[in-house]
Amino acid sequence: MEVTRRDTMAIGGAAVISTLIPSISVASTNELIMGITGGADAAASGIDLTAPEIAENGNTVPISVDAPGAVAVTILAAGNPLPGVATFNFGDGAGSQSATTRIRLAGTQDVIAVAKMADGSFAAVSKTVKVTIGGCGG
Amino acid sequence: MKLIKIILAMAGLVATPIVTIAGEDSQLTINEEPFVTSVAAPAHLENVDTIYSGWTFRTDETQALQMDDFDNPAFVFIDQAIDTFNTVDGSAGKACVSCHESPEVFKGLRASMPRVNGSGELETIPELVNNCRTERMGAEKWKWSGGKMAGVVGLIGLQSRGMTVDVAINGPASSMWEKGKELYYQRVGQLDMSCSNCHEDNYGNMIRADHLSQGQINGFPTYRLKNAKLNTIHGRFKGCMKNIRATPFKEGSDEFKALELYVASRSNGLMIETPSVRN
Amino acid sequence: MAKGVKPRVKVPKTASAGEMVTLKTLISHKMESGQRKDSDGNKIPRSIINRFVCAFNGKTVVDVEMLPAISTNPYFQFDAVIPEAGEFHFTWYDDDGSVYETKKKVEMA
Repeated sequence: MEVTRRDTMAIGGAAVISTLIPSISVASTNELIMGITGGADAAASGIDLTAPEIAENGNTVPISVDAPGAVAVTILAAGNPLPGVATFNFGDGAGSQSATTRIRLAGTQDVIAVAKMADGSFAAVSKTVKVTIGGCGG
Repeated sequence: MKLIKIILAMAGLVATPIVTIAGEDSQLTINEEPFVTSVAAPAHLENVDTIYSGWTFRTDETQALQMDDFDNPAFVFIDQAIDTFNTVDGSAGKACVSCHESPEVFKGLRASMPRVNGSGELETIPELVNNCRTERMGAEKWKWSGGKMAGVVGLIGLQSRGMTVDVAINGPASSMWEKGKELYYQRVGQLDMSCSNCHEDNYGNMIRADHLSQGQINGFPTYRLKNAKLNTIHGRFKGCMKNIRATPFKEGSDEFKALELYVASRSNGLMIETPSVRN
Repeated sequence: MAKGVKPRVKVPKTASAGEMVTLKTLISHKMESGQRKDSDGNKIPRSIINRFVCAFNGKTVVDVEMLPAISTNPYFQFDAVIPEAGEFHFTWYDDDGSVYETKKKVEMA
């Protein structure tokens, strides 16, 4: 009977996994990075992205980027209806090339940060953020 | 019995609660001042030994948002409430500040609300605000959970932040407290559940992907990430009832006021965290 | 002008010459993404703050291009270097043409 299977799923904790919105990707992570770099390769180091493993609510997800020496850092969300999130352009008055903000994520997806360095080279990093459907409260 | 088990299973609840509190070891500090987030339950609570602030059930990232008044998104609405406090409204040409020197005069109020007044009526902060508006300012009533009211109730609540919740349940309050208690344990709606089924029997468990709290209200009005604004106590009671597919009582109704009194008393001993940040 | 828009910024009152400080900025704004539909099923048009600029004594600290995926009540935290006494100027630009600003002075410690 179906109830038994649901019971097992609930007890097994699979309930959490089954409530993850399936991973969505409008364009692949690599394609999006290439879109910013104009086809040039992006180094895997030189930029840090802090994002939660599981977002408590997809409406407001805190993220931070840090790319010492960058001129600009672009944030993308691979699975949102529109992948662009923000571009931070750092000026001479900046004390570091780091920033924290809060973003909207439509579902489980890769969050990508691409840094354009002063010498024209690029660095990129991505993190998968799980976005869940809430419980009764939301 | 089987029907209830099916409903519980469908709601993703574990049959035998194994209580896990995510933030049990984390310490809440607000602007670097420590806050108590768990204490021994008040004597009147029979089925719970320790009461926990809703803060302890949230993820690290959400918890961090409440720890600094410039990280806490609620404060932009508190700032707006300060402007409202200072703005003339109504035929009497007065602002709140015309009679109340500053929001600071409300220190201590939130910690003991709701309470029974001299005429034997149970009063809540939104009613006190609307009474002032209609009777002394010649202004219109605000909606119970509208932006303006939530902001001003938040501003008043902030003045008691850090104070211990101490709501009277005996004497003149006792009959309404009993009524609130009855409502708390009463099953309602298509899902046939009571407040206690989630918040007393299953706090610490996951309801689908949400980490169930004890349903304490010491942080209300609260900024919810879900709707990016301040949410009020009666607004949340209404939302919860709708989630159970029950017809909610009205905000400001005797039922919700009695429930507010009872639920507030369940947090006696915790600290006021208004305005808190929750999911 | 979008309704009820209010900025809130954390800036130190004093700093020593050359000190690096962390600034926090928040502004109340719905950030209507353009993805939501109304009760008739029609898309509610996008209406967001699309740019945020922070400058100190006229020198740019950060200039942020913002898209609808920035959450309601946009928040930014970043670092600025304070070479001398002066004033921070924070500006937010709305899709509807409104400009919201706030200024904070910093004195030398």
